[in-house]
Amino acid sequence: MTQLLFFYFAGVIVVTSFLVIGLKNPIYSAISLLVMFFHVAGLYVLLNAEFIAVIQIIVYAGAILVLYLFVVMLLNVKREERYQHQFLLGLFVGLLILTEVLLILMRSTFSTETGEYTVERINTLGSTQAVGQVLYTTYLFPFEVASFILLVAMIGAIVLAKKGILEK
Amino acid sequence: MTQYILIPLLPLAAFVILGLFGHIIREKAHWVAVPAVLLSLLFSLFTFVDVSRGEQVYADLYTWISSANFQVSIGFQIDELTAVMLILVTVVSSLVNIYSVGYMHGDKGYARFFAYVALFTFSMLMLVLANNFLQLYVFWEAVGLCSYLLIAHWYEKKSACDAATKAFLVNRVGDFGFGLGVLLIFLTFGSLDYLTVFTQAPLHQDETLNLLGWVGGNWQVSILTLIALLLFAGAVGKSAQIPLHVWLPDAMEGPTPISALIHAATMVTAGIFMLARVHTIYDLSPIAMDVVMVVGGITALFAATIALTQTDIKRIVAYSTVSQLGYMTMACGLGAYAAGIFHLLTHGAFKALLFLAAGSVIHALNGEQDLRRMGGLKPFMPTTYWTFVVGATALAGIFPFAGFFSKDAILIQAFHHGGLGRVFGWIGLITVVMTAFYIFRLIFTVFHGPSKSAVKHPHESPAVITLPLMILAVLSIVTGWFPIPQFLSSVFVAVPEPAEGQAMWETLIPVLSVLAGLGGILCAYLFYVRAPQLPKRLAQGILYRLSFHKWYVDEIYDRLFVRPTVNMANALWKYMDVEIIDGAVNGVAELTRDWAMALRRIQTGQIQHYALYMAVGAFLMISVYLFL
Amino acid sequence: MIPLSYYLALSSIIFVIGLVGVLIRRNLIIILLSIELMFNAANINFVAFSHYLQAITGQVFVFFVMTVAAAEVAIGLAIIIALYRGRATINVEEISLMKW
Repeated sequence: MTQLLFFYFAGVIVVTSFLVIGLKNPIYSAISLLVMFFHVAGLYVLLNAEFIAVIQIIVYAGAILVLYLFVVMLLNVKREERYQHQFLLGLFVGLLILTEVLLILMRSTFSTETGEYTVERINTLGSTQAVGQVLYTTYLFPFEVASFILLVAMIGAIVLAKKGILEK
Repeated sequence: MTQYILIPLLPLAAFVILGLFGHIIREKAHWVAVPAVLLSLLFSLFTFVDVSRGEQVYADLYTWISSANFQVSIGFQIDELTAVMLILVTVVSSLVNIYSVGYMHGDKGYARFFAYVALFTFSMLMLVLANNFLQLYVFWEAVGLCSYLLIAHWYEKKSACDAATKAFLVNRVGDFGFGLGVLLIFLTFGSLDYLTVFTQAPLHQDETLNLLGWVGGNWQVSILTLIALLLFAGAVGKSAQIPLHVWLPDAMEGPTPISALIHAATMVTAGIFMLARVHTIYDLSPIAMDVVMVVGGITALFAATIALTQTDIKRIVAYSTVSQLGYMTMACGLGAYAAGIFHLLTHGAFKALLFLAAGSVIHALNGEQDLRRMGGLKPFMPTTYWTFVVGATALAGIFPFAGFFSKDAILIQAFHHGGLGRVFGWIGLITVVMTAFYIFRLIFTVFHGPSKSAVKHPHESPAVITLPLMILAVLSIVTGWFPIPQFLSSVFVAVPEPAEGQAMWETLIPVLSVLAGLGGILCAYLFYVRAPQLPKRLAQGILYRLSFHKWYVDEIYDRLFVRPTVNMANALWKYMDVEIIDGAVNGVAELTRDWAMALRRIQTGQIQHYALYMAVGAFLMISVYLFL
Repeated sequence: MIPLSYYLALSSIIFVIGLVGVLIRRNLIIILLSIELMFNAANINFVAFSHYLQAITGQVFVFFVMTVAAAEVAIGLAIIIALYRGRATINVEEISLMKW
C-alpha cells in the first residue's frame, strides 16, 4: 500500500516539476508548483512527519505561492519565448550533475545508527510535540535567529518594494 | 700632533664652507680659501723644521675599517720626503690661490673654483701624508676627481667637458692597475700599512705567482715585480707617461691656474711621489726598475718632439711637463729617487711659473692662446717677460738656475748606471737640446718680433698676478741651491755607486748639459729672430707632420679603443636594452593585457551564465572528490 | 518499506530539475520558482533521513529551511518589483549592466 502511494506521489512530483520549468505561461508554472507542494506534503505524511506536512501546506502552498501569484498578476507578465540560448548547455550540465549524484548515491553507505525518536515514540508523543521538544531546547538559538531573519525580510521587502522610499 | 692634522684640515674646512655657502659668499670666496692655505703653508714650514731636527711621525689617527683580518686606518707618516712634498704642495697652492684672485676675477663660478681647489689641496696633502696604501689609493682617486671637476670648470664648453672625461677615463685605466697592485699587496703581506709592507718586503723577494695558472699553464712571475709594475701602471696614468699621456695636453681646457697647480706641480707628481715612497719594493725588483726607466726616458724624448711644433702656448708647456715627468720617472727607474724628487721640486717651481706666466699673457690678450696671433709683447709686459725668461732658463737647465742642478743629478745617475742607463743618458741630453729649443721658441714668438694679435694695447697684469710670478721666479733660481738630495738621503737607500769607468761623467755632464741648453737657445734664436722664414721652409717634411699631429696617438687610440667601445655600447643599447630587455618587460605587460582582454569576456553580465559556471564548478569539485 | 535510496533518488531528480530550470528560463519569476523546487528537494532529503535514522533533527531543520525560503521569496519578489519599476522587464537576458 505504502509503496503504491509512494510511487504515485513521486511520479506526480516529477511530472509537475517538469511542468514548472517547461510551461510558457508563468501562472501555469505556479499552479503546477502548487500541485507539487501538495504531493510533497503527502510524501511527508508517508514519512511519519505530519507536522512538517502541515507546515508545508500552510507556508509553501498557502503563503509563498499566493505571493507569487500576486506578483505575477501585479506585473502582468505575458506569455513569452520559453528558453534562453544556453538551453542545450543547461540541459547537458543538469544531466551531468544528475548522473554524478546518482553515482555518489550508489556508491555510498549510510550510517545505520539510530536515534531515540523511533516511530512509536513519535506516534505516542505526537509529531508536533516531538518537534517542539527538540526545537525549544537544543535549537532555541537558531529559532530566535530565524525570527530575526523574518524581521529582516519584512523590512527589506517593504523598503525595496515601496515606491519612492529609496529616492529620498 | 695637532699642527700636522691642521695641515690638511684647513683646506678641507675651506672646501666645506665654500661648498655649502659659496652661493652666498661669491666674490669674497678668496677670503676663505687664501688664508686657509696660507696657514697650511705655515704649519708645513714648522713641520719641515721639525723634521730637519730629526723628528719623524708615524701615527694612526683613526681606525677606518676593522673587519676580521683587514685593518685600515687613516694615518700620517711624516719623514723628510713628506716634509718636502708638503712644502711644495702648500707653496704652489698658496701662490695659485692668490693668482686666481686676479685671473678668475668676474668668473661665474668663482666660489666653486676656490672650493674645488681647496678640496684638491686637501686631497693632495692627505695623499702625501698617508701611511697606508688604501689611504694613498683613496686620495689618489680624489685628486683625479678634483682634476676632473676643475678641468671642466667652464662646463658650458663641450671641449672642456670632453677633456675632463678623457682625463678621468685615461687616469682610470692606470688606476685600475694601481688597484690591482694594492690588492696584490694585501694578498701578499696581509696588511696595507706602509711599515709592515716595507719591513717585510725583503722576505717575499723570491715569492712568485703563476700567471697562467688559471688556464693550466705555467709562467712564474716574481710577486714583487708584479706589484711594482701594477703600481707603476697607476703612475703612468697619473703622471702622464707614455702611453697614458694623452689626457694632459687636453687638460689645458681648464683655467690656467689649475694647469699650474694640478698639471704641473702637484697631481701629476703624485706618481713620482708614489714611486719614491714605495722605493723599497722597486729596489727589490730590477725588472720593474728597468721598465720604469725605459718608460720615463722614452716619454721624455717623445713629448719633447711634439712640443717642438705646437702652436698653442699652453700645450707647449703641457708637453714640456710630460717630458720633464719622464725625466723624473727615469730617475726613479735608475734608483736615484732623491734626484727624481729634487727635480720634482725644482720643476714644481719653474713649471708653475711658466704656466702662470702664460696665463698672464693669455689674460692680457683676452683669452688668445695661439702663438701665431701673438708677438711683440715684451715692451708691454716686462714683468711677465722677465719671469718667463727665468722660468725658461731654469727649464733649459742653465747654471745657476734650479733646473741645472736637478737635471744634472738625474743625467749623472743615468751615466753612472752603465749599460742601458747610458743610452738614456744620451737620450736625456738630446732632449735637453729640444727642451731649450721649444721653450725659447715660445719666448721669441710671443715676446719678440712683430705683433700679430688683435689686441693693440695689451697691458701688464695686476699685482695679484705678477706677485706670484715674481715669487716663483726667485724660487726657480734658489731651489736648486738647497742640498735636497742629502736631506732626503735618510729616506732612500744610498745612491748607487757609479759603474765601472763611469765616474768621469760627474764632471762632464754639467758642461755637456749647459752646452746642450745653450745650443737649443741658439737654434731658437736663429729660427725665430734672425731668419723667421726658415721654420716655414722646414715645416714640410713627414717628421714635422708627425710631430705636429702628436704622432697620431690620439687617432690611434680613437680607432683602437674608443670607437669599438662606443660601437659596442650602441649595439648593446639598441639590441640588448631596447629590444631584448624593454621587449621582455613590455612583452610581459602586453601578454598580461592580451590575456585580460580575452578573459574579460567571461563577464557577460548575464546571471544565468554565472549560474552555469557555478553549476559546472560544483560538478567538477564533486567529481574530484569522487574520483580522487 | 520503501528503501531510503528511493527517496534520495527522488530528491536528486527534483533538485536537478530545479537547477536546470534556473539555467534555462528567461523569466525571473520562473527562476525563483525553480529555486523553490530545489528547496523542496532538499526538504525531502532531510525528512527522509530523519525518518530512517530515527532522529527528529531533520524535521527541525526542515522547519528552518521553510522559514528561510519564505524570507527569501519575500525579498526576491520585492526585488523583482523594484526591478520591473526601473526597467519594465523581467527578462534576465536584458538585465546585463555589469557586462564588460
